[in-house]
Amino acid sequence: MSSARAGIVVFPGSNCDHDAFYVFKNILNVDTKFLWHKEGSIEDRNIVVLPGGFSYGDYLRCGAISRFSNIMDDIVKFANKGGIVIGICNGFQVLCEIGLLPGVLLKNKNLKFICDTVSLKVENNKSIFTGEYKIKEDISIPIAHGEGNYFCDDETLADLLSNNQIMFRYNNNPNGSIYDIAGIQNLGRNVLGMMPHPERASDKRLGNVDGLRLLKGVTESVL
Amino acid sequence: MYIAKIIITLRSSILDPQGKTVEHSLKSLGYDKIEGTRMGKYIELKINADSKSEAESIADKACEKLLANPVMEDYEFEISKDGEN
Repeated sequence: MSSARAGIVVFPGSNCDHDAFYVFKNILNVDTKFLWHKEGSIEDRNIVVLPGGFSYGDYLRCGAISRFSNIMDDIVKFANKGGIVIGICNGFQVLCEIGLLPGVLLKNKNLKFICDTVSLKVENNKSIFTGEYKIKEDISIPIAHGEGNYFCDDETLADLLSNNQIMFRYNNNPNGSIYDIAGIQNLGRNVLGMMPHPERASDKRLGNVDGLRLLKGVTESVL
Repeated sequence: MYIAKIIITLRSSILDPQGKTVEHSLKSLGYDKIEGTRMGKYIELKINADSKSEAESIADKACEKLLANPVMEDYEFEISKDGEN
């Protein structure tokens, strides 16, 4: 068992929390706990996952209300000290709303909720998140979102590019994201946000383990 | 008591596919003089403030902090005394 201790944050309306928990606990054999959003701290966790779902019903804007949950102050502190935070789908939206990642997720360009498995290109494999992939490797990961259309202004996009913060790009852009962006990391390289669901591509019985390498890499990066 | 009537819209630089879809529908109904449609949100706040300027400042902070996301949205509001309109 590695020294990784994963914490899966649970908001009212999270619905991928159990999938993430299952992968860390049962597939990667990591000490894993749920963290209720009302708690004031992430306890002794050294990997924090903000899972997919519809926190607070996506009211107002996706992720806008969850960012004010009790636990978020501690997560921001943890992230600013270099702690590993992964936001998947709704979790990515929360990370953008709270400002740990730049930009915002808009409604899909075709206004439809898209549930599909899409092909992604790994744009940067020099990170704790993507070290197990080859550069420019094509991987298949499921998506399930209505608001996954990543947007930022031109200046921010230039920064993302020059700082190698773009981790994954869609090979066939499903939602209108600027520069086909599917996932980005922060400048400190310890916070990852992505719309596709690596935890849904992690159990070989489901026929696709392209996402497992990401979560495994993160787990092994914790000494 | 004051009422803040807040309108939040996508910034003009951002494509508004909902607005576009509605616009197409209006055009197909023959409203060919309609040349633009933007969709947004309307939020009404009841504010227990002592003055109009205090109510304004509260509404402004609420928009900045929670109600609008400046990366993608613009907001504007009007303040009136409850019961005046």
